[in-house]
Amino acid sequence: MASLAMYPDDERLAGAARAAFNLYMITAVVLFVLMMLIGLTMRMAQATWLNVPPALFYELLSMHGAGMVGTMSLATTAVMWFFLRKYVRLRLWAFVTNYVLFLLGALCVVLSIFSGGYGALWTFLYPLPIHGMGMWTPGSSALFMVGNLLIGVGSLLFYLDAAAGIIEVHGNLGRALGLQWLLGGTIDPDHPKAVVAGTMVIISNSLGILAGAVALVMSLVNILYPEVVLDALVAKNLIYWFGHQYINATIYMGVIAVYELLPRYTGRPYPISRPFLWSWAVSTVFVITVFPHHLLMDFAQPRWLAITGQLVSWGAGFPVFLVTAYGALTNLYRSDIRWTMPSRLLILSMFGWAAGIVPAILDGTIRNNLVMHNTQWVPGHFHFYLLIGVLSMVLALMFHVIGRRAHAPPNSRADKLGFPVYLMGGLVFVFAFLDAGHLSVPRRMAEHLPAWTFTDKIGSIGAMLVVLAMLYFTIRIMAGLLKAPSAGSAGVGIADAAG
Amino acid sequence: MIVQDVVWTIALAGMGLIALGFIHVIVQAGRPADETAAARSVHTAHTLQAWLFVVLLVGFIAGSWATLHRFPIPPQHGALDAKQVVDVAGRMWSWQITPATVRTGSAVEFRVTSGDVNHGFALYAPDGRIVTQTQAMPGYTNKLLHTFDRPGTYTVQCLEYCGIGHAPMTTTFQVVAPEGE
Ligand code: HEM
Ligand SMILES: [Cu+2]
Repeated sequence: MASLAMYPDDERLAGAARAAFNLYMITAVVLFVLMMLIGLTMRMAQATWLNVPPALFYELLSMHGAGMVGTMSLATTAVMWFFLRKYVRLRLWAFVTNYVLFLLGALCVVLSIFSGGYGALWTFLYPLPIHGMGMWTPGSSALFMVGNLLIGVGSLLFYLDAAAGIIEVHGNLGRALGLQWLLGGTIDPDHPKAVVAGTMVIISNSLGILAGAVALVMSLVNILYPEVVLDALVAKNLIYWFGHQYINATIYMGVIAVYELLPRYTGRPYPISRPFLWSWAVSTVFVITVFPHHLLMDFAQPRWLAITGQLVSWGAGFPVFLVTAYGALTNLYRSDIRWTMPSRLLILSMFGWAAGIVPAILDGTIRNNLVMHNTQWVPGHFHFYLLIGVLSMVLALMFHVIGRRAHAPPNSRADKLGFPVYLMGGLVFVFAFLDAGHLSVPRRMAEHLPAWTFTDKIGSIGAMLVVLAMLYFTIRIMAGLLKAPSAGSAGVGIADAAG
Repeated sequence: MIVQDVVWTIALAGMGLIALGFIHVIVQAGRPADETAAARSVHTAHTLQAWLFVVLLVGFIAGSWATLHRFPIPPQHGALDAKQVVDVAGRMWSWQITPATVRTGSAVEFRVTSGDVNHGFALYAPDGRIVTQTQAMPGYTNKLLHTFDRPGTYTVQCLEYCGIGHAPMTTTFQVVAPEGE
C-alpha cells in the first residue's frame, strides 16, 4: 500500500523533467487565462455590454472552444504523466514531443482563425468548413485541420508511450485495468489507480483520436478535391465520437490527481477496491459508446443508436455518483482534515463533476433533448464539470507542487480569498447558462434577443469573478513553480502538513 | 408544466441533493474519529452505498421505461399518415417552408432538409420557448411529428451553427384554429 507521505521522493521533479512539467503547467495556466478572457468577451457581447461584430464573435468562439479543449488536454496530460511515471517507465521525449506538437498545432489554429478568419468552430461540422461565405476560405479551414491533426498526433504519441510502459509492467491493458479481479480473486492492494485510469484513457482516447484523424483527413481531401463529397451524417458521427472522447479523457486524466492526493490531505488511506475496478471497466465501455447522445436530433440516425445514447448517458452516472464522488466523500468524512488550497480544490472538483453531470444526463434523454438541444443548457452543464470539475483537479495538483517547493501546502490569506471568489463566480456563471437553456436561449449565437440578455448579464458577472480568481491563481502558480526547489524539500510527512 | 420546467426542477433537485451530501460531509470533516467511530462509519458508508445503488438502479429502469416506451421520435421510413405535411428546407441563411400555416389539433409532419450545410429547425412558441426541433442535414430528410395545441405566430430559429448568418436565420410560422371553431 502506498504510503501517505505528502511529498514522496518518487514524485520529486528534477532537471529536464522539472523543466518539462513547468513548461506544460505554465503554458496551461496562461492559455487558460487568455481563453477565459475570450470567453468573458463573448458573454459580455451576448449581454450587449460589448460590441463584437458577428464574424469576430464566431472566430472567438472557435478559438475558445479549440483552445480550452486543447489546453485542458495538455494540462491533464501533465497530471497523468506526473503520477504515472512513478509506476511505469515513461520516456521524457514522448512527453516533450507532445508539448512541441501541441504548440505547433496551436500556432496553426491561431493563424487559421485570426489571419484566415476561420469560424466553423472546434467541431468543424462537415460541410461548413468549405462554406465560409466570405468569412473564411477553404485554405484556412485546411490550416485549422492540420493544426488539430498535429495536436492529436502528439496526444497519440504520448498514449503509445504510456501504453508501452504499462504493458511492460502489467503484461497487457486488460490486466492493467484490473479486469482479472472483477469477478473474484484478491486485488493487489498496490495496484495503482493511476494505472487503471491511465489505461482507460489510453484505450478510449486513442480510438477517439483515430476517428478524429479520419474525419480531419476526409475533410482535408474534400477541401482539396471538392468533387469528393462526404456523407454529412457519417462525418458528424466521427467528429462527435472524437470530440466526446477527447474532452472526456481530460476528466479521467485529471481525476488521477484526486486519487493520488486526497488521501494525503485527509490522512486516510484510499484503497483500491472491486467497485472501483468495476467503475473503471464500465466507464471504459460507456465513454466509447455514449457519443450518439450528440446526434439525438438527427432522426435519420438508426433508432438503436439514439437509444444507446440515452441509456449509456444515464448509465454513466453510476460510476461517478456511486464510486468516484462517493469514495472521495467517504475518504473525507470525519478525517479531521485541515483545509488548504489543494484539498479544497480536490473536493470542489468532485462536486463539479458529480453535480455537473446531472444536467448532462437530463439533456442526454431524447424527450428532453427535443427542447434542450443546442440551447445554453449545453454550455451550462459542460462548463460545470470542466470549469468547476476538471480545472479544479489541475489547479489542485499545481498548488500541491508549489507546496512542495514551499515545504507546506499553500494556504495564504489571498488563497483563502481567491477560492470562494472562484467557487461563487463559477456557480453564478454556470447557473446563468443553465437557466438560459431552461428559457430556450440558443447556444453559439453572436446576437441575442433583448429577452435573453438578463441571464447573459448575470453570467458575465460570474465570469468576471472567475477570471479575477484565475488571474490570481496563475500568478501564484507561476511564481511557485519557478521558485528554485530548496534543499531538503523531500519527504515532508503528513504530520508536518497537518501541523 | 412544459418539459423545460420539469427538467429544470429535476436538475435543481438533483444538484441540490448532491450539494447537501457534500456540505454534510464537509461539515463533519473537521471532527476527528477514533478507531471505533471510524470503523462504524466505514460500515455505514457501505450500507448507504448499497442503498444508493438500488435507488439509482430503480430510477434507471423506471426512468428509461417512462421516457422510451413511447419513442419520442417518429419512424423515419414509411408514411406517417399525418393530415398535414409541411416541407422545410434550410439554406444559408433562410428557411423555405411550405405551407407556412397549419392548424391546431391534428398532427403535422415536417419534412426537414438542408440545401447546403447543417442547420437546426427549431420551433419557438409565441411565449418564446422551444416546442420541438430536428436537424436539417444536407442529403437527409428528417421527419418531425408535432401536434400544436395553441394557435399563434411561432418562430422558426436555426439551432445549428451555420456561419455568420446563423443567429438571424429565422422566420415565422402560423398556427391557426381549425375552421368552424
Ligand atoms: C471564465 C471562464 C469561462 C468563460 C467566461 C467561458 C465562456 C464561454 C462562452 C460565452 C461560450 C459560448 C456559449 C454559447 O454557446 O453561447 C463558451 C463555450 C465553450 N467553452 Fe467556455 N468559458 C469559460 C471557461 C471554459 C473552460 C474552463 C472550458 C474548458 C475546457 C471551456 C470550454 C468551452 C467549450 C468547449 C465551449 C464550446 C465552444 C463551441 O460552442 O464550439 N470554457 N464558453
Ligand atoms: Cu444556423
